[in-house]
Amino acid sequence: MPSPAPAVTFEGVFKRFGDVAAVDGVSLTIAPGEFVALVGTSGSGKSTLLKTINRLVEPDDGAVLIDGRDVRAGPAPLLRRRIGYVFQSIGLFPHWTVAENIGAGPRVAGQAPPDVGRLLDLVELPASVATRMPHELSGGQRQRIAIARALAPGARLLLLDEALGALDPVTRDGVGRRLADLHAELALTTVLVTHDMAEALLLATRVLVMKDGRIVADATPAELAGGGGGEAAQALVAVPRAQADRLRELGR
Amino acid sequence: MSAFLDALARVPPLLAAHVLLSAAALLLALAIATPLAIWSARRPAVARVALGIASLIQTIPSLALLALFFPLLLSLRAIVAVPALGFLPALLALTLYALLPLLRNGVAGLHGIDPAVIEAADAVGMTPSQKLRLVEAPLAAPVAIAGLRTAATWTIGAATLSTTVGAASLGDLIFAGLQTQSWSLVLAGCVAAAGLALAVDGLIGLVERGLATRRRGLAIGALVVLLLGLAAATAPLWRAGGERRVVVGAKNFGEQFILARLIGDRLTRAGYTVEYREGLGSAVIFGAVASGEVDVYVDYAGTIWTNEMRRTDTPPRAPMLRDLAAWTAGKGVRMAGPLGFENAYAFAMKRGDAARLGVRTLADLAARSPSLRLGSDLEFLERPEWAAVRRAYPMRFASTTPYSPTFMYQALASGRVDVISAFSSDGRIAADGLVTLTDPKRAIPGYDAILLVAPAPARDARFLAAIRPLVGRIPVDAMRAANLQVDRADDKRTPEQAARWLAERIGL
Repeated sequence: MPSPAPAVTFEGVFKRFGDVAAVDGVSLTIAPGEFVALVGTSGSGKSTLLKTINRLVEPDDGAVLIDGRDVRAGPAPLLRRRIGYVFQSIGLFPHWTVAENIGAGPRVAGQAPPDVGRLLDLVELPASVATRMPHELSGGQRQRIAIARALAPGARLLLLDEALGALDPVTRDGVGRRLADLHAELALTTVLVTHDMAEALLLATRVLVMKDGRIVADATPAELAGGGGGEAAQALVAVPRAQADRLRELGR
Repeated sequence: MSAFLDALARVPPLLAAHVLLSAAALLLALAIATPLAIWSARRPAVARVALGIASLIQTIPSLALLALFFPLLLSLRAIVAVPALGFLPALLALTLYALLPLLRNGVAGLHGIDPAVIEAADAVGMTPSQKLRLVEAPLAAPVAIAGLRTAATWTIGAATLSTTVGAASLGDLIFAGLQTQSWSLVLAGCVAAAGLALAVDGLIGLVERGLATRRRGLAIGALVVLLLGLAAATAPLWRAGGERRVVVGAKNFGEQFILARLIGDRLTRAGYTVEYREGLGSAVIFGAVASGEVDVYVDYAGTIWTNEMRRTDTPPRAPMLRDLAAWTAGKGVRMAGPLGFENAYAFAMKRGDAARLGVRTLADLAARSPSLRLGSDLEFLERPEWAAVRRAYPMRFASTTPYSPTFMYQALASGRVDVISAFSSDGRIAADGLVTLTDPKRAIPGYDAILLVAPAPARDARFLAAIRPLVGRIPVDAMRAANLQVDRADDKRTPEQAARWLAERIGL
């Protein structure tokens, strides 16, 4: 690997929507190569915090740094071309083929077209889908193409906003495993926003729990599974644990 | 059928003018609506204001919108030299009219884009202009193009009304046909306008289909056919230079159409290429000859006297014509001379009614007016002559109803009105057995038909020599007979035929 993956630092990030403080003074550092899951219930501020990294949300106060450099230092489009971003509603360009969608980032950056075949291979899709239109594909295929599109410009920082949320459980498991593998293969720094604690525990190397705009827990999956991380985190861990227990009892 | 073929032969130059006017208005509207729609889609406050104004414009009847530009441009003339008649007012009115569908569909198209696609465009690092060009424009295109098709159809249809402000269009055929009840002319104008609208709509639709289904060949092919077709349609306007064209103007009734052809035939024989601008309103046609947009036309002394010179006295004929010639000369317009007949406003009744009621003069009519119903032409009730008549003979009718001229005579014949504001040279006065009432107090000025010539041709000896033989040559009975040929319901002649008959009758 040519260079280490990027690090992300939040310094007192604060964002208000109307009367509600969506992000209420968050300071933390994500180390290069970490796979961080940002977990919380709806409205906890996790998506807002994620979007301050690629400036889809501009904080009211505080700063976000990538490798020590303030994200506001240059134009937002230049910043975003270095960051992969995948979100729940996918947002493929409906008037472009799969290959054109994957090539969107390099195209707008004025780079050479990417190796579409290799990128499709990374997300385990056959090269033959390159000429298809988005509406001809299944939801799972579309989300894999969105991941390929996010990786196409050579991004080393990958932001996933409920990226698996709209997929059926089987597809979701497959795409999730593939994401974990890609994280390792391409030496990425990955931030995954999810409301599903099981997904966070199984994919991430570090789990942050958000509540009312603040980070209330910061632990490894192993610590959380062992009962650590505090009350708010354990309330979320309790759900998949209880489900697993019930499944085990059914099997007896 | 041959009348229809004759009418079709007049289509090409008018179609060319129609295409040029509609295309220019549509392009100008697109140039205004496109940035405005983008701005409106970003800012709801702008959208409210822009769409509000465009909707308001749409509620103005298109005929009125066209007419409103005449005084507006006239007042602008104090600041810049703009023509108040012809192409410019028609272009501006049609442009405003096309804005609403373009704007509304443009905004709807942009608002209709899935927000996830916009978020993705931002996330892959598109700049605002890349986002507009690569994502928003193509995705808004189907709805925006539907708006363009609506605007194109409306514009081509409304352009027929531009005849009334002196811009040549297919409306020339429709208005002339309606006035003389020549349905083949109306039909030719309508068929050509409808055919143009359908063809443009269909071809833009093909371009849109080509874009939607990513068939570049279809989109480009349809666009090329559209542009080539429009360019070919304007071919009659491509001037080879050389012989200057002259424009003969006419107001909107049969006698004017006949006289225009009579003048035009003489100019053609003198080697000029003649164009006709027919259906101009009384209020605009003098302005058109003064500014040189019309080279020659026939007006009536009393009309210029009261409407343009704002005179209220009614001197005898000779001093009146002398004053009038001096006044028009001050505007650069040459009064080449009277044609020899009058077409005055004359109150007419059925002979039997007049005898029974003992009405012979306007004074008699005033006394009987509370029990009588007046039918007038469309402009008479607004004209100074009507005010002058009422000053001299205080009258109040049981009802007053304006009609287009043909229907005014029918209303009198069928008994729906008792008295009409007829025209003294109208062939139907004799044909329908009507009597005209005398004007003992001389409230109505003389209405000698006079030839008016624009400044440039007034200096052209060949031009003047071609039309001068008409001066003093046309007696009123000859004019009435020619008018009747065009206005009567049976065995109707075209104005061209009546003009040729009249030329022969007066020995030219």
